[in-house]
Amino acid sequence: MVQQLKWQLCTVVEIRQETPKAKSLILDWPERTTHLAGQHVDVRLTAEDGYQAQRSYSIASPPGEKHLMLTVERIDDGEVSPYLTDGLRVGDRLELRGPIGGYFVWDARNGGTDGSTLFLAAGGSGIAPLMSMIRHRASTGNKVPTRLLYSSRSYEEVIYREELDRLSAHDPTLRVIHTLTRRRPANWMGYGRRIDRAMLADTAWPPAEKPLAFTCGPTAFVETVATHLGELGYESGRIKTERFGPTGG
Amino acid sequence: MQDNDLRLDGNAAGGLLNEIFRFEMTTAEATCGGCGTVRPIGEMMLYQHGMGAILRCAECDTALIRITHVRGCYRLDLSGMTYLRIASEAH
Repeated sequence: MVQQLKWQLCTVVEIRQETPKAKSLILDWPERTTHLAGQHVDVRLTAEDGYQAQRSYSIASPPGEKHLMLTVERIDDGEVSPYLTDGLRVGDRLELRGPIGGYFVWDARNGGTDGSTLFLAAGGSGIAPLMSMIRHRASTGNKVPTRLLYSSRSYEEVIYREELDRLSAHDPTLRVIHTLTRRRPANWMGYGRRIDRAMLADTAWPPAEKPLAFTCGPTAFVETVATHLGELGYESGRIKTERFGPTGG
Repeated sequence: MQDNDLRLDGNAAGGLLNEIFRFEMTTAEATCGGCGTVRPIGEMMLYQHGMGAILRCAECDTALIRITHVRGCYRLDLSGMTYLRIASEAH
């Protein structure tokens, strides 16, 4: 599709504290074009001396909503995320271009998927594009059987926790499985380790179900998931990956 | 930290590629000159650096696209690929 993306100024209309380290920025996008679940935008910051820093952030809101949601986790030595999580106020403007990417996308309208099941694996704030898919699925009434395996450091750091609880409680075709890698509540019954092959074998759809898989998170996380899914029999073209580097930034 | 921890998916280069090609390039398919694999750019491995970016074949690591942006000029080296197929309309 011929589409020259332009940098646009978006206004912050709301800031939501998701976890101690992550905030969602709700942005008004004046010349917005409809995005697809899974797409990202580039965010550009310009210092007074003209120095520019740029990062990609996945869109967390579903297609069709008035505002755009980006969820940003603060990386203490990052160049962009501390400004986005600490420096930004409602009414401020942010330079952004997008939506970008036709590869890591899921569209509920054309049957949801060319597979019969959907497997999502998120590491930390890698939940953002997968949340766009889950919200898109919910808002369109799509019932493709879906499992989300979501790795967080602790219970407090599970982004969108209440919304995921609510969505899965009302939808028997959506199952959310958490693993907490560092700290767990005293009565925690779920997984308590990093994602490994045994966990994927237990939670991911068997290859016979023709699953389509999306995984997003730190590079090492995504490569672990993709490697093990491949070993379990997933076709490589049906494992869509979105690495966000060592920790994001 | 190893270099491998820094690599991203070609998908993340969608914005940069759009500056040059003006198409949705992450779904454009490239044929690797090293191993013959045909894959969308979104599935390549992206290594970003101060002056630009390198996209490598996920199978054999051949550099398929090298982009630098210096003094208002993009420079592209596509010699690692033998073929590039770009959809001119959305499907």
